[in-house]
Amino acid sequence: MAKGIRDKVAILGMGCSKFGERWNDNAEDLMVESFSEALKDAGIEKDQIEAAWFSTAIEEQHVGKSGIPLAMALRLPYIPVTRVENFCASGSEAFRGAVYAVASGAADIALALGVEKLKDTGYGGLPQRSRGGLNDMYWSNMSAPGSFAQLASAYQAKHRVSKQDLKQAMAHISVKSHDNGAKNPKAHLRKPITEEQVLNAPMIAEPLGLFDCCGVSDGSACAIVTTPDIAAGLGKKDLITVKALQLAVSNGTEVQHNSWDGSYFMTTRAASKRAYQEAGIDKPRTAIDLLEVHDCFSVTELVTMEDLYISPEGEAINDVRDGFYDSDGKVPCQIDGGLKCFGHPIGASGLRMLYEIYLQMQGRAGDRQRAHDPVLGLTHNLGGFPHQNVCSVVIVGQQGA
Amino acid sequence: MTVGIHAFGAYIPKARLQREVMARAYSWFNPSLASLGQGERAIANWDEDALTMAVEAARNALTPQQYRQIDGLYLASTSLPFQDRQNAGIAAEAMHLGNDLHTMDITGSQRAGTSALLTALQIAVGNRRNTLVIGGEKRQTKASSPLQLTAGDGGTALLVGPGEGVAALVGYATLSVDFVDHYRGQNQPFDYVWEERWVRDEGFLKIVPNAVRQALSNGQVAASEIDHFCFPSPAKRVAGMLAKTLGISDSAVRDNLQGRTGEAGSIHALLMLTHALEEATPGQLILIAGFGQGCDALLFRTTEQLLTQRPMKDIKQLLSAGCPNENYHRYLAINDLVTIEQGLRAEVDKQTGLTTLYRNREMLLGLIGGRCETCDTLQYPKSNLCVNPDCGALNTQTDHSFSNMPCKVNSYTADRLTYSPDPPAYYGMVQFDEGGRAMLDFTDIFSDSELSVGQAMRLMFRVKDYDVTRGFRRYFWKAVPIDNAFDNNGKP
Repeated sequence: MAKGIRDKVAILGMGCSKFGERWNDNAEDLMVESFSEALKDAGIEKDQIEAAWFSTAIEEQHVGKSGIPLAMALRLPYIPVTRVENFCASGSEAFRGAVYAVASGAADIALALGVEKLKDTGYGGLPQRSRGGLNDMYWSNMSAPGSFAQLASAYQAKHRVSKQDLKQAMAHISVKSHDNGAKNPKAHLRKPITEEQVLNAPMIAEPLGLFDCCGVSDGSACAIVTTPDIAAGLGKKDLITVKALQLAVSNGTEVQHNSWDGSYFMTTRAASKRAYQEAGIDKPRTAIDLLEVHDCFSVTELVTMEDLYISPEGEAINDVRDGFYDSDGKVPCQIDGGLKCFGHPIGASGLRMLYEIYLQMQGRAGDRQRAHDPVLGLTHNLGGFPHQNVCSVVIVGQQGA
Repeated sequence: MTVGIHAFGAYIPKARLQREVMARAYSWFNPSLASLGQGERAIANWDEDALTMAVEAARNALTPQQYRQIDGLYLASTSLPFQDRQNAGIAAEAMHLGNDLHTMDITGSQRAGTSALLTALQIAVGNRRNTLVIGGEKRQTKASSPLQLTAGDGGTALLVGPGEGVAALVGYATLSVDFVDHYRGQNQPFDYVWEERWVRDEGFLKIVPNAVRQALSNGQVAASEIDHFCFPSPAKRVAGMLAKTLGISDSAVRDNLQGRTGEAGSIHALLMLTHALEEATPGQLILIAGFGQGCDALLFRTTEQLLTQRPMKDIKQLLSAGCPNENYHRYLAINDLVTIEQGLRAEVDKQTGLTTLYRNREMLLGLIGGRCETCDTLQYPKSNLCVNPDCGALNTQTDHSFSNMPCKVNSYTADRLTYSPDPPAYYGMVQFDEGGRAMLDFTDIFSDSELSVGQAMRLMFRVKDYDVTRGFRRYFWKAVPIDNAFDNNGKP
């Protein structure tokens, strides 16, 4: 295996806009908001950025195609700007592009910026759109909640879990994330909720009720990356470096071959295994201090705990109930509120997750700050559907860790 | 040259709307509807039309061997989905009958069904060809119209060819008379109907006897010898009056199924014939008549083959599988008889690329996937590279038809977010017992409790999407739970 990305690139600065229903702002306003924070944090001039990666997924709802919207919004000086889209992993994909550019030596300083403006559709939930000419003719009439909801029926059948036990663990996940989001001024949804509210909420897609689903919002987040040497040269101390960047993409096995039982993510298992190897991690349950995963739905977070090899297979329910993933637990998951409270502006989400881990590692997370600054953190994105998806796993940590 | 019917089967959609509810809803406007407010009528689901119901009837009627004997396919209906795109051709693709086939839509009159059958029999006499005659009917009717209560949705299929079959043709006659009891003009959604008493006295009772007498004479059979008389009028007592006029025994007059299904328009005579074939014993005489700007009369004698050639599900089973339904508002909504707020999600463009459809027609309409010649793995859709992670061979897949394969639910949901004309949208991963799987829409789910992981399913050809902007509709296959109460009794 290749040597990998470990410790070759450092995060120089990050920014994140307020997420929410930004009725009065265009995507460009959100981009400038996150970028201004990152530029200040990095302590550099805009002209020092040599290349940029720009992530949006449902661009037809806001900025349109190409890298031009980013270059225009930030008035970038005719540098390379690449637009990337890889479903919900788009933000992490932009980060991967920028990090690889720096690692290769093609650029000294690079930008990854994601944005999505989802609240211009006229209805709640993700925009309903074509999945492609031929796909539309035979794919089932599925929504995001409807496809992820099926994890529940398959998980129940495989692990002989009662519907009530699963629903209750899922409820704990949402309650935990709302508790965390309530402490985060940049989150969209900031009200704590109760387990009763979750269990009695209107059904969206059986068995996912309203509070089992993440919000939909507008937002932007970005990262400026460079080499550890350049960062040190700029006077930065206690660097946060990239330990692993992995991506796994379904090849049709899940949707066409009977070897997959529908209760887990083949992609997450493949990506996380490679990521741990790249980062030199043997025992993720004890090595990882902080998780920001793709909790588009409560049940996704639950099975992801197993697919990331943090909880043993079939035992995530116990860990969830024991508070293992709570903000004061062993490995907090979604300490910033997660997609659950931030909503999911697709192109921005992966970078938003990284932003929280970056703040926590620097002791800058305010009310949410862990007692001991985390050393290793993991972000995870899932795009598409459980039976056909893109998964990204990013591990960052203190330099030398 | 002896010709006859070699296979028969029907399809009746599962939901049965209670007429009492329909009559009550409009009693304030038309109190006389109360006289029709008994029993129930079959109503097609939102994703069913004349074409899909005809296909389902054929799948019910035919044995796997019989698919390979078919030389022609006639589709009879007055409610076909396309005015200019041959509907029979879509059915042929769905049944994967190949291109070497004489296909035709037969429509334009309430005797389209009997005329299709008669034409197929004549082709069998002249050309010794086997023709599958299928029919479906889903008539658009106005709220508060008597027709809305008396009509019913359904499909039929009859395989016709040389040889006696289960019922040999004994005689027939056909008359053309431009008697306009009702009509539906171009671009008109609904029928315009003249007075019932005139239709009965001058139409049924004068035109039908002429045709029947000719058919009896042609077959050298006396009226009194008839064992089963199928006349599809929903009007009470008409068939009995005809029998009396003709000298047919009163006990031969068959149930017009008005209490259970309603009248399936131009194919109702064939539906009654199917029912008669199921209940007849060998050596009996069956007379059917189709009325509509004239009359077709056909006379059959059943044979010993009737004892072995049966549909997978007979009408008795189809009737008992019905789900009583009292939701008249749902019926109005799924038949576009009220303007319902569908929400913005319904606005997604459903344009179909006709090039894409043509290129993939076997995959989409015929549910043809692939079988890897190297590792035997079944997969849908067919692709260049085998999906089996241990194989991955290139260009090894041959056509494999999935539509009749047993399958089970792997995972599922009931989705209230996505747009569906009849929420929630049920769908899930369906796994075929012999290999292969697909994430499919489910249909005909009448309660959440019908679904569980491992539930046995079967596939049905249904409407996938309506493109209302362009008047197109696209078809695909959906999964329905197997009703263990009766499906396991049927033939494989």
